[in-house]
Amino acid sequence: MKKIVLSTALGAAVAVAASTAGAATLDDIKAKGHVQCGVSQGLPGFSNTDDKGNWTGIDVDVCRAVAAAVFGDASKVKYTPLSAKERFTALQSGEIDILSRNTTWTMTRDTTLGLNFAGVNYYDGQGFMVRKDLGVKSALELGGAKVCTNTGTTTELNVADYFRANKLTYEIVAFEKADEVVQAYDTGRCDVYTTDASGLYAQRLKLAKPGDHMVLPEIISKEPLGPVVRQGDDQWFNLVKWTLFAMINAEELGVTSANIDDMKKSTNPAIKRLVGVEGNFGQNLGVSNEWAYNIVKQVGNYGEIFDANVGPKTPLGISRGVNALWSKGGLQYAPPVR
Amino acid sequence: MSGYVRETEAPELPAPAFVKGPVHWIRENLFPNWWNSILTLVSLYIGYLLFSSVIDFALISAVFTGDSGKSCIRESGGHVGACWPFIWAKFDQFIYGRYPLAERWRVDVVYLVGMAALIPALMPALPFKKWNVLFLLIVYPVMTFFLLVGGSFGLEPVETSLWGGLLVTLVVAVTGIVASLPIGIILALGRRSSMPTARFVSIIFIEFWRGVPLITVLFMSSVMFPLLLPEGVNFDKLLRALVGVALFSAAYMAEVVRGGLQAIPRGQYEGAQALGLSYWKMMGLIVLPQALKLVIPGIVNTFIGLFKDTTLVMIIGLFDLLGIVQLNFTDPKWISPVTSHTGYLFAAAIFWMFCFSMSRYSIYMENRLHTGHKR
Repeated sequence: MKKIVLSTALGAAVAVAASTAGAATLDDIKAKGHVQCGVSQGLPGFSNTDDKGNWTGIDVDVCRAVAAAVFGDASKVKYTPLSAKERFTALQSGEIDILSRNTTWTMTRDTTLGLNFAGVNYYDGQGFMVRKDLGVKSALELGGAKVCTNTGTTTELNVADYFRANKLTYEIVAFEKADEVVQAYDTGRCDVYTTDASGLYAQRLKLAKPGDHMVLPEIISKEPLGPVVRQGDDQWFNLVKWTLFAMINAEELGVTSANIDDMKKSTNPAIKRLVGVEGNFGQNLGVSNEWAYNIVKQVGNYGEIFDANVGPKTPLGISRGVNALWSKGGLQYAPPVR
Repeated sequence: MSGYVRETEAPELPAPAFVKGPVHWIRENLFPNWWNSILTLVSLYIGYLLFSSVIDFALISAVFTGDSGKSCIRESGGHVGACWPFIWAKFDQFIYGRYPLAERWRVDVVYLVGMAALIPALMPALPFKKWNVLFLLIVYPVMTFFLLVGGSFGLEPVETSLWGGLLVTLVVAVTGIVASLPIGIILALGRRSSMPTARFVSIIFIEFWRGVPLITVLFMSSVMFPLLLPEGVNFDKLLRALVGVALFSAAYMAEVVRGGLQAIPRGQYEGAQALGLSYWKMMGLIVLPQALKLVIPGIVNTFIGLFKDTTLVMIIGLFDLLGIVQLNFTDPKWISPVTSHTGYLFAAAIFWMFCFSMSRYSIYMENRLHTGHKR
C-alpha cells in the first residue's frame, strides 16, 4: 500500500502522455463487453480468490457493481492482479479500466499521476493490536512497549510520530515480511503489533489464540482506500463515482438486494429516483436508468458488501467503525440522487 | 591310534559379524573411535529432532479433514500441525490456476500427452526416437498452444490471465528450457566464431542478458514495455514473460555450452577438417556431441535454476504454483496460523519432485554417455 516511491516517479514521467489518451472509456468498455479491473495479488476481504478460484472481496465488488451499472450483469468483469509497483502504470497504459486495489488516496497520487480517485470504499488507518491480558485499553497506555512492524513502510514513521507526540517511550522491532512480524508478536518478542487496521484483523487469525488479542480503538493515520480511474475521462469517472454513491445511498434508504423489487413500488421519491422508476439519472451517466437497481440487486448495497466480505460475521470480523453511514456516526456519506 | 583326519570340507560359515555385514559397517564407519562416536550420536540426535518435527507437523499433529481454516485452529491454543484440508480445497487451483472449470480437460490433455510423449523419449531403449522427439519439439508445442489458448477448432478462447498454478510454472519452465538450448548453442558457436559480426552480436547479446537480473527483465517486460507501445496495442503478459525468460536463459546456456566447446581438444577440430567436413558437419557430428556431453551437469544446472526462477513471474502478476499458493493464503475462509506453513510445504514438495527428477535423469544420462574419458 505504501511502497510507492518508484511507481510515483515512473507514473509522473508518463502521466502527461497517458492523460491525453483514452477518452470515452465507457464506449470502449461497451464495445469489448467487459470491465477490466485491476485488483491486488491477494488481500483478505478486499480482493482474494475463493475455493473455486473466483475473485471476491470489497474491492472486487466495486468492479462488479460498475459492470452491473454498465451491462446489467455483474459478472462481466475481468480481473488483472497487480503488484503495488505495477498498479498505476497498468491504469495509465490502458491495460485496466479501473483500479480497485486497496489504494490509499493521497494528494501526491491524485495530483501527479494523471489519475482520479473516484471515492472511498473503505476508510482504513493504522492501528495497534495487543494481548488482552496486558490490560491495556488505550494506545496512550503503551509507554515503554516493544512495537512489532514491517520495515521500510510509513507504518514505522507513523508510530514514531505518534509516540513522540504523546511523549511515550517505545522500542521498534521491525521485520521484512508480514508473516515474520506475526510470528514475532505471537512468540512474545513484542507487546504491540501495528499495521493498517484491516490488516490487523486478517493477521490476528494467524495467531495461535486469536481470541486472546484485541485491536485498540486508536487509529493513528488516515488511509482512505478507493477505486481509481484515469484522469481526463469525466464520463467514466462520474460512472465509477456514482456507482459507489448508489451503494451507499441504497444502504441509507434501506434498499437491499433482497427487498429492491418491493422497493420499486415504494412511495419514497428518493428511492424511486434511485431504483430508476423516476427520472433519467442513468441516461445522464451514459447507462440505463436501471443502473442502480442492477447494482443493488446483483451486488448489494454498501452495508451488504461490507458484511459479506469483511464484516463481523466473516472470519475477519471487522466492525463498521468509521465505515458506518454518516447517519450512524461513521464517515460513509453520499450526495443524493436528485 | 590314527590321527583325526577330516574327510569332508568344513561348511563355509558367514564371516563373524564384527568383520563383515551391517554391524561391522556401523562399527567401522560410525563408531571407529570415541570422538567419531560422539559425533555420530550428536548427528543422530539432530536428525531425529528435525525429522520428527517434520513428521509431527505433516502427519501426527496435522488436520486432515475440515471445511475452513477454523478446523485448523485449536481454541485452546495447543500445538497444531499442517492444515491439509486447505490443500484439498485449493488443489484444483494449484494445478490449473483459474482456468475455466468446463475447459480444464484441455489442460489434462496437454499434461497427459506431454507425459506420454516425454517418458518414451527419455528412455533410450525404446524405438522411433526420431519421430518421438520430432513430435515433442514440433507437434506437441503447436498442439499445446491451440489447446490452451483456444479460439480455433471450436474451442473457447481462454485468456492467459486465467492460467495459473502448475500450468504456468510448466509453461514458463518448459518454454525456457526448450528455447534456451538451441538459442544457447547458436550463441556459443557465434561467440567462438571467426566472423567478427557473428562474434560481436553474440557477445553483446550474452553480456546484456547476463548483466541484468531476471527480476528486472520481467519487470521491464511488464511495466516499461506497455508504455513504449502505442495505445491499444497490448502484448499478452505471459507471452512477454516467456520471451524474457527464454532470452535470459539462452544467454546462460550459451556460456555453459561455450565451456564445453573450449574443452574439446584442437585435434578434434583439425581431424574433422582434414576429413573435409563442412563447418556445420564438423560441429554437428564431431564437436557438439562431445562438448554437450561434457557440460550435461552445467546444462541441467541451468534447467533446474530456470525451473525455480519461474516463481519470479509472481512479481508481474502471473500466478505460478508458488504464486497461487500464496494468493490463497489470503482467502479469509482459510486463514489460520498454519495455513501458510502447509502451503509452503506443499509447494516445496512439488518443486523438489521436479528438480530432483531432472537431476537424477541427468546423472543417468551422464553414465550412459560415459565413454571412458571420465576421471
